[in-house]
Amino acid sequence: MIRLEKRPTPSQAWTWATPVLAVLLTMLAGGLMFALLGKDPVAAIKIIFYDPLFNPQFAAYSRPQLLVKAGPLILIAVGLAMGFRAGIWNIGAEGQYIMGAIFGAAVGLAMYPSDSWMIFPAMVIAGAFGGFLWAMIPAVLKVVFGTNEILVSLLLVYVAEKLMAAMALGPLRNPEGGGFPGSRNFQGYPAASNPELFPNSGMHWGVVAAIIAVIFGYILLSRHLMGYHIRLAGQSPRAARFGGVSPARLVIFCLGFGGALAGLAGIFEVTGPAGQITTSFNTGYGFTAIIVAFLGRLNPIGILLAGLLMALTYIGGELASFMLGLPSAAIQAFQGMLLFFLLGVDVLSNFRIKIGREGHA
Amino acid sequence: MTDLLTLQGLTKAYPGVVANDDVSFSIGRGEVHALLGENGAGKSTLVKMIYGLVKPDTGTMILNGTPYTPAEPRAARAAGVAMVFQHFSLFEALTVAENVGLGMENPPKPTQLSREIREVSHAYGLPLDPRRMVGDLSAGERQRVEIVRCLLQDPKLLIMDEPTSVLTPQEVEILFATLNKLKAEGTSILYISHKLEEIRALCDGATILRRGKVVGSCNPRERSASELAELMVGQALHRPERSRSAPGKVVLQVAGLTSEHVEEFGTRLQNVGFEVRAGEILGIGGVAGNGQDELLSALSGETLGSSETVRFQGNAVGHLGPNARRALGMLSAPEERLGHAAAPDMTLVENAVLSGWHRRKLAEGGFVRWGKAKDFAEEIIADFDVRTPGPFVAARALSGGNLQKFVIGREVLQDPSVLVVNQPTWGVDAAAAASIRQALLDLAAQGAAVIVISQDLDEILEVSDRFAALNAGKLSAPRSTEGLTMEQIGLMLGGAHDMDVADTDEAEDIRETYEEGRL
Repeated sequence: MIRLEKRPTPSQAWTWATPVLAVLLTMLAGGLMFALLGKDPVAAIKIIFYDPLFNPQFAAYSRPQLLVKAGPLILIAVGLAMGFRAGIWNIGAEGQYIMGAIFGAAVGLAMYPSDSWMIFPAMVIAGAFGGFLWAMIPAVLKVVFGTNEILVSLLLVYVAEKLMAAMALGPLRNPEGGGFPGSRNFQGYPAASNPELFPNSGMHWGVVAAIIAVIFGYILLSRHLMGYHIRLAGQSPRAARFGGVSPARLVIFCLGFGGALAGLAGIFEVTGPAGQITTSFNTGYGFTAIIVAFLGRLNPIGILLAGLLMALTYIGGELASFMLGLPSAAIQAFQGMLLFFLLGVDVLSNFRIKIGREGHA
Repeated sequence: MTDLLTLQGLTKAYPGVVANDDVSFSIGRGEVHALLGENGAGKSTLVKMIYGLVKPDTGTMILNGTPYTPAEPRAARAAGVAMVFQHFSLFEALTVAENVGLGMENPPKPTQLSREIREVSHAYGLPLDPRRMVGDLSAGERQRVEIVRCLLQDPKLLIMDEPTSVLTPQEVEILFATLNKLKAEGTSILYISHKLEEIRALCDGATILRRGKVVGSCNPRERSASELAELMVGQALHRPERSRSAPGKVVLQVAGLTSEHVEEFGTRLQNVGFEVRAGEILGIGGVAGNGQDELLSALSGETLGSSETVRFQGNAVGHLGPNARRALGMLSAPEERLGHAAAPDMTLVENAVLSGWHRRKLAEGGFVRWGKAKDFAEEIIADFDVRTPGPFVAARALSGGNLQKFVIGREVLQDPSVLVVNQPTWGVDAAAAASIRQALLDLAAQGAAVIVISQDLDEILEVSDRFAALNAGKLSAPRSTEGLTMEQIGLMLGGAHDMDVADTDEAEDIRETYEEGRL
């Protein structure tokens, strides 16, 4: 009989080994899925994990993409991790990401065609504010009326999507676009654009912001009283109340911080890789970041690595569907497996497996 | 007469600890046999083996002359072994009859079951109304539900685990009358306790366990309580020393404290008021669940009230949260160690920060000074003899007694003016309990006002200068503990919670109402 026995102290080794184990299990199960779909599993795994970085034919294009994709994922995930650590479940980062893009883009477009150096910083601030504001809706509703932040934040994603479509077709539409939906392209507006900082690196201001967020998040959690209170509230809400932690303050802080970072990701994306507000500007970073946050063990350093890994599966997945004709749903299932296995093997850091007979039936 | 149950060489090992090591003894028919030992001595494991919850590694049991190897509690019950647990397994939102039925293999029809409950509870002096909701019952009445559930199965051996810990002195007497009646009918009882006077009053034989081994057996009536204690602990017990001194100025005043809202099955505090002076210990007795948690929350600042209800050194503080009160010098230690007083998965260093960061200046500019926090944790560990591999161990890895010493130490070392503790030695071994009590006495001797909320009346009498009883959310007027008798205390605690022995008019009334309802 196999039993689980609770460890007296969580195992440090397993805490770091479980993500690696989860990736290996995903490769196995994913390979099986690819085989069932009639594709060569070894080739598919190689295309997903190896070719984007090292294949001489594709790497020149895909390597910079790694940072382009990882940047927003990491930025959003660091913000979400604060809330998840405290037991506050912001599922609507996608909406906050959209609102950040709209707010920031609106500021930039209102200034067109001024070329003041202040435009881009103002847009960044407006973007963070937009995300923050959108996150304040579930936060305030939770604090005042006790609503469930999971539902409210999630449903607001769809509101934000509609709002974005309305913006792309209405107030923010490019007046010189011949009536096509979509805003002006910021790549043609240097004062408001977020270009690649080094040629072919994929590095843009959003990636810089993500790295700063990782460092900031790490210090907050490990050194600051606020981070301590976040961890305390997540592990033991009653002990947190005894410690004088105000639940309302925590909800406002965690949702606000996560919203602001998602908003930042939005404005850096719209001014950089995406270029413009369109009816389908968002690509699910806000949802994938939830996986990244957990894959990184809600630890900012872990999130940095997890974001890079997740970006790799995105790029490799695209490559695999292009090269092998794998359906994109199979790639999404593959990414879902990663989260599934991670949560599954997570139990090993708190429990040890005992094999053998035990009297208790 | 042959013995009912004989245990031979029972051994049970868990990773890192031998819970029972070659335990042998026997229980005669109609004998009340005590199993004595400190927390962690292996009493629970032993009775779990008898009740079929745990399988011994080696050793044999013989019940009624035949080998007895229960694979599960159901088999044990079928063989005539029943058990009343220390922690009740009852559903608060179900009635007495429903709860009893759930614990039976083949419960009879509800009407039949209700009649049986009435008959048995009446016959043994434990009146119970089968239709009442368990959530509305007192602890003593809940225990009756458990006992009646066992008696309905007509057991040969009844195991009782710390049955009196939740009872008032009067309720204890009723229970003992019931147990004596069972004994007279030939039922054997295995009685687990660490309360020596009770064992001396009730039991015919005793087996003493220490660290999993039988260290002695005796007739408890022929031994003094201190002899039994020494057998149990393995050393002479240090009795806390106290010196009564003239109390100082009033430090804490509570007046008109009434809970505004209460959780389901919680207790509403009703117009609670008292004063505590510097250098004084006020003991607040009463069975847990009568408002103890609510009182602690109101004093710690976890639940806020109008500012005038709590006054500290003359200033109204009822509206201030926990940290604001800590800043003034009002500290507390809740009952629940894991999950309230300490976060289970956090290290001792992190838990030292929990309530200590403000007064011990463990944070500067919002940043935690982990070096200072570690020093503080080590200071607590050293001063309060907390047995732990080190300060970076998760709180949940510590034994109850050691964690309790840590929690009390954390508050005491912050030099409080007022310290409120709830059940400071619950589930703590005798040696640790004595050192915690001594720490509280020393704190009061240094001029702090201390409030000890406890359901252990011996503990309260040992440490406190004045005593007040908390019953159903109401606090009695405090009385000096000098010359206070157990009987007076019992009356202050609300007597037997309005429970009487069965052949009274009340029980008759219940039966009549019931029968009318049926017809």
